[in-house]
Formats: sequence, structure tokens, C-alpha cells
Amino acid sequence: MTTIALPRWRLPFPLVVGLAVVGWTIAWFAAAPFAAWFAFDLLGLEPGSHLGEAVAFFAFDVPKVLLLLLGIVTVVTLIRGFFPPEKVRNALAGRGNGVGTVAAASFGIVTPFCSCSAVPLFIGFVEAGVPLGVTFAFLISSPMVNEVALVLLWGLFGPGIALVYMGAGLTVAIVGGLVIGRMHMERYVEDYVWELRGVSGSLPDVHLTWEDRIREAWTYTRDLVRRILPYILVGIGIGAFIHGFIPTDLVVAIGGPGNPLAVPLVVLIALPLYSNAAGTIPIVQALLGKGMAVGTTLAFMMAVTAISLPEFVILQKVIKAPLLAVFAGIVTVGILFVGYLFNFLIY
Amino acid sequence: MTKIEVLGPGCDNCKRLEKNAREAVAMAGVEAEVTKVTDYAEIAHYGILRTPGLVIDGKVVSSGRIPSAGDIAVMLGGR
Repeated sequence: MTTIALPRWRLPFPLVVGLAVVGWTIAWFAAAPFAAWFAFDLLGLEPGSHLGEAVAFFAFDVPKVLLLLLGIVTVVTLIRGFFPPEKVRNALAGRGNGVGTVAAASFGIVTPFCSCSAVPLFIGFVEAGVPLGVTFAFLISSPMVNEVALVLLWGLFGPGIALVYMGAGLTVAIVGGLVIGRMHMERYVEDYVWELRGVSGSLPDVHLTWEDRIREAWTYTRDLVRRILPYILVGIGIGAFIHGFIPTDLVVAIGGPGNPLAVPLVVLIALPLYSNAAGTIPIVQALLGKGMAVGTTLAFMMAVTAISLPEFVILQKVIKAPLLAVFAGIVTVGILFVGYLFNFLIY
Repeated sequence: MTKIEVLGPGCDNCKRLEKNAREAVAMAGVEAEVTKVTDYAEIAHYGILRTPGLVIDGKVVSSGRIPSAGDIAVMLGGR
């Protein structure tokens, strides 16, 4: 299957992978000294000055975020190659509501889909007899626990916040799925979806070797990083500006634990930012460093990745307005709840 | 004549797959017609869960990924 592409790789494949891992590791440890040298020696900026700190932040974050994305998204893509939605659907089809909802929400972490796949995915799940609530648990968790966001949170803040982000997303997805399942909203699914039942064709049964899988994961990652690179650079630029120039007092006054309206405010700001999840992390990193509350930060992250206007518009093809409103409502309320809960628990 | 269908509502991935498919036809030197299927109900008939999907002569050969022009040419040549 890959015979034509082979001549591109002159070195033996395991050696290429080994060299890539070594190169990645060296670059990872060189990033911090490089940033300090670049900002304070090469450009001669003063450590502690507004501009110096902003430039150092930028020079440190660009290689760090890029390395994290390239390295970990490749690994995540590789892992999720073993959990295609077809398998997930078959595993969920026979389950009851309770177990199914929890399982669907968990699968959502490793099986993301782009918003243009939302409709075929929805039809495929419903058609196979997956209950509506279970289907929605998957539809909520998959974008909400965004794998790029998760990986960057882990790399930049450590496992604590990353796991909290994941746990909170899972909880919203499970509760959302259970609520939608309990409300019996099947009549709000467009009629033609039910009529399609049982028409599924055969699926390709492709056997992939490890080499195929690694190559495909790398190609996917490279394309993804290339596509989101402008957003990342803009995001890091804004983050650097906040880090260097915005006074801590201002951030604390607006986004700190003392402002009760901070959570809905950031969710509102996040609405138009869909698909730029990777670009918002550096901004979040800078804001958190300046005293923005953790719950508020989490709500912002989740709203960016999970509230997707384009996806809602696309889903209108298969579900009617009341169900769509319930879906959007649960996601929004869930995010607000997570934000307030964490602010309450921590401060 | 070989019939190639690209399944997808028209996002970037589907456009790239269509481009690869057209290149593959030229590469393999076969006579083939490339069409796009954008209607969701029709896409669902093929049973795929992820777009873009690629169908050659009525058989789904890939979904949720974008095979390279080279890979598609091999699929075309192999029949």
C-alpha cells in the first residue's frame, strides 16, 4: 500500500524514528537556555524589563509549544489509531444507558473528530442502535476534552491541571448524556435519520503495520501543526504581551477569584475562538501566571474547544432545534458550573 | 471506466482528498471519473463514520484519513 511512497525514506525506518526522538529531546532541553541567550545576550534586553520579559516568553514558548505539539500529538494520534469510531460504536451498541454513557464519554477523549464529521458520526451511532444519550455523551466529551489542549496543559502546567481539565470535561459529558437520555428526545432527531437504519455498507478492513501507523500519525501531526501554526504564533505573541506589559493587578481585578462574573465573561469571550485551541493555551498560561483564577481558566479552555458554532450549525441537519438547544445549553451550563466549582474549591 | 467517489460535506480534508484522487488517476494512467458526494444521507448510505471517505467502484476503501495520491494510485492499479 505504501510502496510508491517508500523511496522518500533513505535511512532505515527505525533509525529515522530513533534520530527524531533524540533530536526532539535535545531541542527540548535547549529551549530555555536558548530563550535567555536570545533575549538577554543577542538582543541585549534587560532581564526584568517589560520588553525583555515579553521577548524571552515568546522565544521560550515558540519552540516549547511546537515541540510538545509535534511530539505528543504524534504519539496521541498513534494511540488513537487503535480506537477508530467504528470500533467504539460497536462496543457501545449493546450497552445499557449507565455503563454506555460513561464508556462513551471516556472514548471521547481518545477519539476526536473534526466538526465536519459530526453528522456522519451521529447518524452512524444512532443507526447502530447506540442510545441517544450515549451518543451525546460522546459528542460532548470528544471536543470538550481536546487532545491538543490536554497535552499542552500537561506540558506547560504539569499533570495536575491537565487531569482536572480532563476530569471536569468527562463529568460534564456523563451528566449531559444521562440528562439527554432521561429526557427521551428521540422525536427531535430528523426523521430521515431513523429511515436510514440498517443501510450501512461494508467498511474497509485495512491491516496497518507499525511503520504505516507511525508514518500516518506523523503526516497527520505535521499537517495539523502547519495548519494551526499561525494561531499558535498569534497566541504566543498575545501571551508574551500579557506576560511583559499587563499589570498583575488588572488581571486579578477582572479574572481573579474576587470577580463573580469572571466565569461567564471568559465563556463569552471564548465563543468566537473555536478551532484555535492551541493558540489560546499560551494566552491562558500568561493569564494564569498573572493571577487569573484556575476555575475561570478552565472554563475559558473548555468553552474555546467545546462550544463550536460551526458544529451546531452542521448538527442542525440531523437534529431539531429543541434537542440542539438542550445540547448547547448543557454544554454551556456545564462549563459555567465547572468554572465556579473550581474557583469555590480552590479559593 | 473506474468510478471514484469522494464522500464529504466539503471541508478542507475532503478537498485535499479529491485533489489526491485526481492526481492518482493521472499517476496510475487509468480512465476514471472522480465525483464528490456531499449529501449527508447519501454519505451515510456507505456506512462511514468519519469524513472524508473514498469509494472506488462502489466499495469504501478509506474513511477518516487522507490517503496520498501514491496510495490511491496503488489501489487503482491493483484492480
